[in-house]
Amino acid sequence: MSDMTMENVAVGKTKSNVKRRRPLSRRKEFRYVLPWLVIAAMFLIWQLCVDGFQIEEFVLPSPAAIFAAAWEFHMPILQSAWETAVTTTTGFAFAILIGTAGGVLIGSSPIIYAGFYPALIGFNTIPKVAVVPILIIWFGVGPIPAVITSFMLAFFPILVNVATGIATVEPELQDVLRALGASRWQVIRKVGLPRSMPYFFASLKVAITVAFIGSIVAETVGGNKGIGSFMLTASSRFEVPLAFAALLVTSIMGIIMYTITSIVERRMTGWAMRGPSGGISVAAG
Amino acid sequence: MNDMTMSSFVEMDDVSLRYGEDGDGTLALEHASMRVTRGEFVAVVGPSGCGKSTLMKVVTGLWPATRGGVIVNSKEVDRPLSITGMAFQNPTLLPWRTTLDNVMLPLEIVQPHASQLSRDRKNYEAKARDLLRLVGLQGFESKYPWELSGGMQQRASICRALIHDPALLMLDEPFGALDMFTREELWLAMQDLWIARRPTVILVTHDLREAVFLADRILVMSARPGRIVAERTVDLPRARKLDMTYEPYAVNLVQELRNHISSAREAA
Repeated sequence: MSDMTMENVAVGKTKSNVKRRRPLSRRKEFRYVLPWLVIAAMFLIWQLCVDGFQIEEFVLPSPAAIFAAAWEFHMPILQSAWETAVTTTTGFAFAILIGTAGGVLIGSSPIIYAGFYPALIGFNTIPKVAVVPILIIWFGVGPIPAVITSFMLAFFPILVNVATGIATVEPELQDVLRALGASRWQVIRKVGLPRSMPYFFASLKVAITVAFIGSIVAETVGGNKGIGSFMLTASSRFEVPLAFAALLVTSIMGIIMYTITSIVERRMTGWAMRGPSGGISVAAG
Repeated sequence: MNDMTMSSFVEMDDVSLRYGEDGDGTLALEHASMRVTRGEFVAVVGPSGCGKSTLMKVVTGLWPATRGGVIVNSKEVDRPLSITGMAFQNPTLLPWRTTLDNVMLPLEIVQPHASQLSRDRKNYEAKARDLLRLVGLQGFESKYPWELSGGMQQRASICRALIHDPALLMLDEPFGALDMFTREELWLAMQDLWIARRPTVILVTHDLREAVFLADRILVMSARPGRIVAERTVDLPRARKLDMTYEPYAVNLVQELRNHISSAREAA
């Protein structure tokens, strides 16, 4: 019996070599289409549920109603989305600068680590929603509280990851460089920083998402601009489909920003992803 | 005077080293003394954990000695030396650099090369390629470390240790993790490199055949706390052949070193 199956497997293999027909799930094109299929199916089920159970529009609007609202008000939606994108990327840019600099400092010096890390943890555990009203008192209603909130949420994961990358340089490698007379900064620049790049880009994917949450929270709590404030206005007027349309746009923006950081990551740190598909060729190119 | 400095390139005088800040850590070296002539190939052998690697760190200034001093190139060692090349059991190549760029790393740090590198890149690259050819790595210059076998990575690591023409080459069991055939191949490559460039080499190893094949002089260390307890000169003509290590002279020498080490272990 067992021999039989063995033989069958062997025969099956040669056959598939001749025909070279791979199952659908292994095809590359299928993987590109798959996410769209999932999204389309979700909207379809949603639409069917709303229609089937006759759910009121102000409770849960149907995708059709949401798309209609999005199309009708596409100019103000895009305007608000743009404002949010600007505050988010500004906060994110500051987070990259200060998070990387702080990560280098904390990762390269045990003394700075010992001194600052507990304070940083304390700072990071503060719920940022609670800080927004204070920021509004300080800076007034406008884009600045949103920028600061997104920065505060985004810089911590970047800092921790860069610090980890730098602090875990192999001691032997440090010896090699120090025995060449390398300064501390040279060790960081030649080894620490490149080595922490995979950690850095992994953290960017987290950071961009939370930066986005940060600015939307700030706009919702007290803002007069941006997609968060737009959503709040729409729902206070019971224009629920419009609020959902804004939500949809937020999610699309998040996906776009995440995709951009992923692409940058793959270009910059191909050496760290040495999978058979792409890693090596990206690194070599 | 001039003769003295010429003859002794590395002078280690009665060095003790205790790890830990409060003086209650492990005593790794005690009253260790040795002298190495410029251009000499010296091997340090001893029972495992005897402080061979510590010896290397003291000589290169990576760890300060607790007592005693080291003089290299007639200067007291009080900071990491900048004239050293190092290779370890682990090749420690940088995965984001090609083999060629890995080998050229020291040139970006050591003066005067660092300031001439951008101007003279072509020449330096040619030098690195020559070195890689000498160890049989031609054609692999643009490969990444993970595309090389362990032996090839180790060859590249040795090239990296030599690219800046270091006056002192420190090898800490560089062939320890390789299979016997690769190891013997690398012994030959190492000998060729040494004959071609004549750096002063201190090789830490636990392979006695390796020590006999490569070294001019072999120092035997005692068990921890380590110090030099015996010393043998290897009278084999260069360039040596692998077969020589199986001839009576070498076999007897290995046997003798073995006895020294086992008595050093028993004494501990």
